Amino acid sequence: MNFIALKMLVGNRAKYLGIIIGLTFASLLITQQAAIFLGLMTRTYSFLADTSLPDIWVVDPKIQFVDDLKPLKETESLRVRSVEGVAWAVPMYKGLLKARLPNGTFQTCNFIGLDDETLIGGPPEILQGRLADLRRSDAVIVDIVGATGKLATVLPDGRRIPLRIGDTMELNDHRAVVVGICRVQRTFQSQPVVYTTFSRATIFAPRERKLMSFILVKAKPGQDFHELCQRIRQITGLAAYTREEFITLTVQYYMKYTGIPINFGITVVLGFIVGIAIAGQTFHNFTLDNLRYFGTLKAMGASDGMLLRMIMLQATMVGCIGYGLGVGAASALGFMSGSTELSFQLPWQLLLFSAIAVTLICVASAALSMLKVIRLEPAIVFKS
Amino acid sequence: MKNKNPVAVRCKGVTKTYGTGDTQVHALSGVNLEVYAGEHMMLVGPSGSGKTTLISIIAGVLDRDGGECVVFDHDFAHMSRYEKTRYRGQNIGFVFQLFNLIPSLSAAENVAVPLLINGVRRREAIDRAREILGRVGLGNRTFSLPEELSGGQQQRVAIARAIVHNPRLIVCDEPTSALDHETGHKVMELLCQVAVGTDRVLIVVTHDARIFEFASRIAKMDDGHIISVTNTPCYVSDEKKE
Ligand SMILES: Nc1ncnc2c1ncn2[C@@H]1O[C@H](COP(=O)(O)OP(=O)(O)OP(=O)(O)O)[C@@H](O)[C@H]1O
Ligand SMILES: [Mg+2]
Repeated sequence: MNFIALKMLVGNRAKYLGIIIGLTFASLLITQQAAIFLGLMTRTYSFLADTSLPDIWVVDPKIQFVDDLKPLKETESLRVRSVEGVAWAVPMYKGLLKARLPNGTFQTCNFIGLDDETLIGGPPEILQGRLADLRRSDAVIVDIVGATGKLATVLPDGRRIPLRIGDTMELNDHRAVVVGICRVQRTFQSQPVVYTTFSRATIFAPRERKLMSFILVKAKPGQDFHELCQRIRQITGLAAYTREEFITLTVQYYMKYTGIPINFGITVVLGFIVGIAIAGQTFHNFTLDNLRYFGTLKAMGASDGMLLRMIMLQATMVGCIGYGLGVGAASALGFMSGSTELSFQLPWQLLLFSAIAVTLICVASAALSMLKVIRLEPAIVFKS
Repeated sequence: MKNKNPVAVRCKGVTKTYGTGDTQVHALSGVNLEVYAGEHMMLVGPSGSGKTTLISIIAGVLDRDGGECVVFDHDFAHMSRYEKTRYRGQNIGFVFQLFNLIPSLSAAENVAVPLLINGVRRREAIDRAREILGRVGLGNRTFSLPEELSGGQQQRVAIARAIVHNPRLIVCDEPTSALDHETGHKVMELLCQVAVGTDRVLIVVTHDARIFEFASRIAKMDDGHIISVTNTPCYVSDEKKE
């Protein structure tokens, strides 16, 4: 009976395409929007993801996410260093600084100062130059997207000349020399990222009483991170998070205090509703079109179970095709947007999520049809 | 005249009422009818007299309200929904006024449906269907879709579908009324040729006086009753005068 079910489905070309289009559209909308949402969320903590060496981040107890900067006194790093179980603890500066472009305009940059001695917390990948070159005078390392984009020199004819090693730039009225180009994950604000040493950062940065943003901590081998965090909190009164905890804190902040999840959530729900409306409605109409034949099959001895299996098979078929096309289209869009500002993350969990959504749509659609067919009286076959 | 064959279908005081209250319709009000194995019984009567209702009950697609109705020693009233369905699948063939062939299936696939329902494998079912299509003169149209066939050809496919699984009872509701007279006549000829058998019953509901000659007996219905059961010759002449 299976091939009969499939032939009935494919034979009704208009409805068949209608159902598939509905499901494709729904799974595309759900997958693509959720992927962009995930991409955006990853960007909120990309700095943490990039800075993988430290085990624990010590910060002001009031900060709510990684870019919520509340500087600490520099002496705090000494106190943290003395906590039992700490292998090392180094300061890090993070702030926003204005770079003056050759054409006279300003560009805000993420400015990061690394511990002078160890240079811990540097960019994950250096494309040109060496991290140690930061020890030269006025040295900075600039990320590639910033160097070729927002920090590039724009000629009168519109051509862009990227920032290169040896170029100088003006950061908050101080001269800086580019000694390296690095690659970092894109950040939420998509600003250029500039690395330098901690002491130089404190010179470049606007004068403030406290200038240390984070204390990066490495645990001694065999130390339990959570216990160590607990100890640091007790002894210093500061907050201490493992990297994962800090990431969670950051994501939770964006989830709670920005409208981003709601916005994307609405689109995903809309995709779901549109899917049910188009695919469900068309599937139901398809079943109504065929009610006469379902009745005939019933009269000729097809059991309810048999007919339900037929409908289930039909729903599974359109579900798989629609899901495949939708997810395929979403991936294609994601692939094409790979080199643009758009964020896009498509992990297997999201594929599973949209598979479940499409399954739910199909189940809802098929359920309506099944009900119709179960209630169908075989006596209708003699009605003309 | 008493038939020597055993009784295959026995209805006694069968009643059926549609609806309730003001809109109540007594479609059958005590129908008595016996059909013998090997017979070709025709049911005739004015529109609304209850013919379709009666064969629906005999074929087990509709539940009666009262009375008795036994088909080959089986009473649908004593069967579960599933048992009824299975019994229909194995023992009853259907022919409809509008053929009811599934449009996206080829002639052979349509004919194979009752076999597939009974669990026959697809290849074997299609082979048997082709064979039967040959017997109804459509051996060369097995791959055609219903829309590519004429009305008469479609009804022949439907007849093939009704007999492919060797049912003991075949019910036809107005099998010729969607066809012109000549085609209808040919279809009836074919039906009698392939569907009538010694231990099989064929019941045909019709308005069409020109096919009465094919029947072994004719039951005339009016207003939910069988008012007469006659052998063909006299009945035909009666009916033609009306
Ligand atoms: N599902 C139904 N609901 C309500 N009334 C019905 C239903 N089916 C049939 N009837 C009524 O029952 C009576 C008998 O109907 P039936 O279809 O058996 O007549 P028939 O002899 O087959 O008529 P025709 O020759 O027009 O097909 C009619 O009055 C009809 O209106
Ligand atoms: Mg009728």
